[in-house]
Amino acid sequence: MTDASFETQTETGEAQFGDYVALLKPRVMSLVVFTAAVGLLAAPGGVHPFIAFFAVLCIAIGGGASGALNMWYDADIDRVMKRTSGRPIPSGRVQPEEALAIGLTLSGFSVIMLGLATNWVAAALLAFTIFFYAVVYTMWLKRWTPQNIVIGGAAGAFPPMIGWAAVTGDITLASILMFGLTFLWTPPHFWALALFMNSDYEKAGVPMLTVTHGRRTTRRHIFAYTFPLAALAIGLAFTQVGGPIYLAVAVVMNLAFVKGAWDILRRDEPTAEADKYKVEKRYFAFSLLYLFVHFGAILAEATLRPWGMGGW
Amino acid sequence: MAFREPHELHKRRWSRNLGLGIVLAVFVALVFGLTVVKVTNDPLRLDNGQLKPSSAVQQQGGN
Repeated sequence: MTDASFETQTETGEAQFGDYVALLKPRVMSLVVFTAAVGLLAAPGGVHPFIAFFAVLCIAIGGGASGALNMWYDADIDRVMKRTSGRPIPSGRVQPEEALAIGLTLSGFSVIMLGLATNWVAAALLAFTIFFYAVVYTMWLKRWTPQNIVIGGAAGAFPPMIGWAAVTGDITLASILMFGLTFLWTPPHFWALALFMNSDYEKAGVPMLTVTHGRRTTRRHIFAYTFPLAALAIGLAFTQVGGPIYLAVAVVMNLAFVKGAWDILRRDEPTAEADKYKVEKRYFAFSLLYLFVHFGAILAEATLRPWGMGGW
Repeated sequence: MAFREPHELHKRRWSRNLGLGIVLAVFVALVFGLTVVKVTNDPLRLDNGQLKPSSAVQQQGGN
């Protein structure tokens, strides 16, 4: 590296350690950590606490690695969108090649370390999750179809299944339904966001449902998705991870989620614009709570089980 | 001999160098911890350090 290149680096801004951490999307990582930990703790059998901690760390780093690969590939889109223009690559603090190298290295590390620490079923699921998010969602679906987040949502839904597999080494109905819970929750969650962030996606040319089919259709889709989601969420109560606490939580939360979607469906654009999408923003925030409370209830059942209180 | 004033580049990169150092140290500690746990929970050995008979290992079927 020459002195001239040092000068160039100074002008574009030097990356600090926090910029590299930001590549791993820490906020998304927190959801991954929580759901993976619940999947792991709810699984029958149990592992040594250090192995459990290590497994969740590997899953989190794998998720972060796929986030870095996403930021590398989507830098052109991120530059255009207001919400993402401050990310490390569009703002010039991190070079795209650095993000690619970090993403690929951490992907390999996390998968191999998870395999060595637990088993290769969990490692294979983590590898597939990274591939699904970075290649299937980011490179293929996101710019091609308005169903991008419906199918791409699978990537964010795998962590509880990986956590479960880290303990048991298999895939069962309970872990598939935990996957399904996040999978079916993703579309209404992101479409609620798209309703009040529409102009960003339009500018970037991302074919979100709001851009391609309009907000009326998006409102109908949000409402429609809450029914299969509610059926699955309540159905999960009757598997080995469920119990009366989870059932009560699922019934209350899903009634509120369907009611919220009904409120969104009934609104028209002039009303929503008049109150600056207050209802849609509230629904988006509630959707975060929805997922947190469901997995929290599964965790409560698992925690109480050793005392003979959790489960059926 | 007096220490030389750190180059401006080193000051600028202090945060990332420190961060990377901490990450590497944590990684070493994690691999060490994992090794200790794996070795002390070896399903192939009995508490007295002797290897288990193959029939007992097959019955256990663990990893």
